[in-house]
Amino acid sequence: MDVLLIHLLNSLLYASVLFLIAGGLSLIYGVMRIVNLAHGNLYAFGAYVTAWAVGSVAAGASVPVWLVLLPAGALAAAMLGAILEPTLLRPFYRRAEEYQLLCTFGLLMILEDVLRFIWGPYPLSASTLFESFGSLSVGESIYPTYNFLVIGVGAAAAVFLWAFIYRTKFGVVLRATSQNMRMAAALGVNVNRVYIQAFTLGCFMAGLGGAIIVPSQSAVLGMGVDALVLAFIVVVIGGLGSLEGALVGALIVGFVREAGITWFAEIELAVLYLIAALVLLVRPAGLFGRP
Amino acid sequence: MSVPAPAPRPAAPNSRPLRIAVPIAVLLALVPLVLPPYSAILLAYGLVMAIGALGFNLLLGYTGLLSFGHSAYFGVGAYAVALMVKYLKITSMELFLVGAVVASVLITALFGVVCVRYTRIFFGILTLALSQVLWSLAFKFFWVTGGTDGLRVPTPSLFGGLVTGAGDKIAFMSHAYYYYVLIMFCACVALMWVIVNSPFGMALQAIRDNETRAEFVGVRIWRYRWVAFLVSGVFTGLAGALWVPLNGLTTPDIMHWTFSGEIVFMTVLGGFRSFAGPIIGAVVFNYLKTYAVGYTVYWQLLLGAVLVALVLSLPTGIVGTASRLVARFQGRS
Repeated sequence: MDVLLIHLLNSLLYASVLFLIAGGLSLIYGVMRIVNLAHGNLYAFGAYVTAWAVGSVAAGASVPVWLVLLPAGALAAAMLGAILEPTLLRPFYRRAEEYQLLCTFGLLMILEDVLRFIWGPYPLSASTLFESFGSLSVGESIYPTYNFLVIGVGAAAAVFLWAFIYRTKFGVVLRATSQNMRMAAALGVNVNRVYIQAFTLGCFMAGLGGAIIVPSQSAVLGMGVDALVLAFIVVVIGGLGSLEGALVGALIVGFVREAGITWFAEIELAVLYLIAALVLLVRPAGLFGRP
Repeated sequence: MSVPAPAPRPAAPNSRPLRIAVPIAVLLALVPLVLPPYSAILLAYGLVMAIGALGFNLLLGYTGLLSFGHSAYFGVGAYAVALMVKYLKITSMELFLVGAVVASVLITALFGVVCVRYTRIFFGILTLALSQVLWSLAFKFFWVTGGTDGLRVPTPSLFGGLVTGAGDKIAFMSHAYYYYVLIMFCACVALMWVIVNSPFGMALQAIRDNETRAEFVGVRIWRYRWVAFLVSGVFTGLAGALWVPLNGLTTPDIMHWTFSGEIVFMTVLGGFRSFAGPIIGAVVFNYLKTYAVGYTVYWQLLLGAVLVALVLSLPTGIVGTASRLVARFQGRS
């Protein structure tokens, strides 16, 4: 029983981080119709910035300081996004999808090496924060307390995002632009501003995902590319452009991954991709996507 | 798929392509005699990649489908050879090629059935996801595939055992194997030229330019796309099989989706709107990557910047830009 509970918690832990990454990817696609291949690198960027802030800059400080520094990665990723959208992505909205994908693929290569240039090829860790939380006993097993924080942040992000999109004026504008960009522009929406806001928000989520997970696992090169592929599976299952889909997809992928690591480690990734392919065959637009 | 740029129509079958192709083939044949072995081997890599990119471009340039999973078929070709060496102790290059073609026909036929039902972004994501399935299998089943260590492939024997790689490996690779690659390259280019200028190739271009009209004319879109997918994957698989002896080793890296990205990169670099674009793009990309890797550890940054600059300012690639410049020059004189 306890073992099952631990598995459940681990699944939720994966799902939280995956939701943050895939939710951002999906939000950006939903509003801007761009699949950002460099999205995983923004997640990695968030992880590196937080690991650097907590693990190196403020290494001697105490837990409250570290907690304040935790969102630094998310803010840095958001700032990076706010710079990238108008400079690199805006020229591509009127052009064929191939060019958008290629541009973001180029961005992926650039960002991968920017991380290597700034922080070097070695893993960067912020494990002091993770360790300072200690662990809780769950039945007869113990479980790191920090992981509850990650799950909490993931859940809070989902609730905030839902409220933001469905209960605020900005959310209305965002959804209007997503449904019909021309009509929204005709009604006086500043589409350029909505795009930059949506992209920044998406990058913020990816950066937050990296920032909260980095104390429990180090920031390494290549983590962005790996995360992107998992995020792809999530959005394919849930439906590109749908936040509910990202949430359900993240939960499915979280559970399957945890089950996979425990029982069928060799084909864990293959099973995930096959699930994604099956969903696409049965429901081409994903479980929650608009056809 | 609607693409605004007007596509240059392939010229009617005449002697002009041959007048360009034959001198180039002769020049390529002279390379091992004139240049040092390293240059010949480097060019052999470029020619192998050109076969792969040529296959890839049948989908992107002629059918209008952007695949982000062609690393899978390249990898299938390479691993088919490596597994034939490991389990069947085969050393004949001809058997390797047959095995790679059979393996890539099987895999692309299966993947194609799934993928060609979609176009645009979903086609890209689906091909990417399926290629990652193969990558994860190659990565995880280390007792079969060697995992990240990969599988070694010794020097093969060519032309049914007439030429063997006994002795100096570098001399073999830069001469005998170079000519082998060159012959395969010329054959593949000629075959692809015939394919894209056949009624089948014309039907693909009709589907690319206007799916609905093509369907009204009576083109069976689904089946044509599937065959195009098959042919495209087999060309890339063949490239993988030719690549393995050259490299001596196959690792899961060549199945990873970032390698698919490189295939897309080289095709766009050359220009996917022309027949010769992917060939030139692949050879240039091969030099570009080799020198970038040798020059700096931040080669990805360099190549990424080149890619972004390319799609921003020269979307028609090397061939498109060159022919525009030539046209302007001729217009002036």
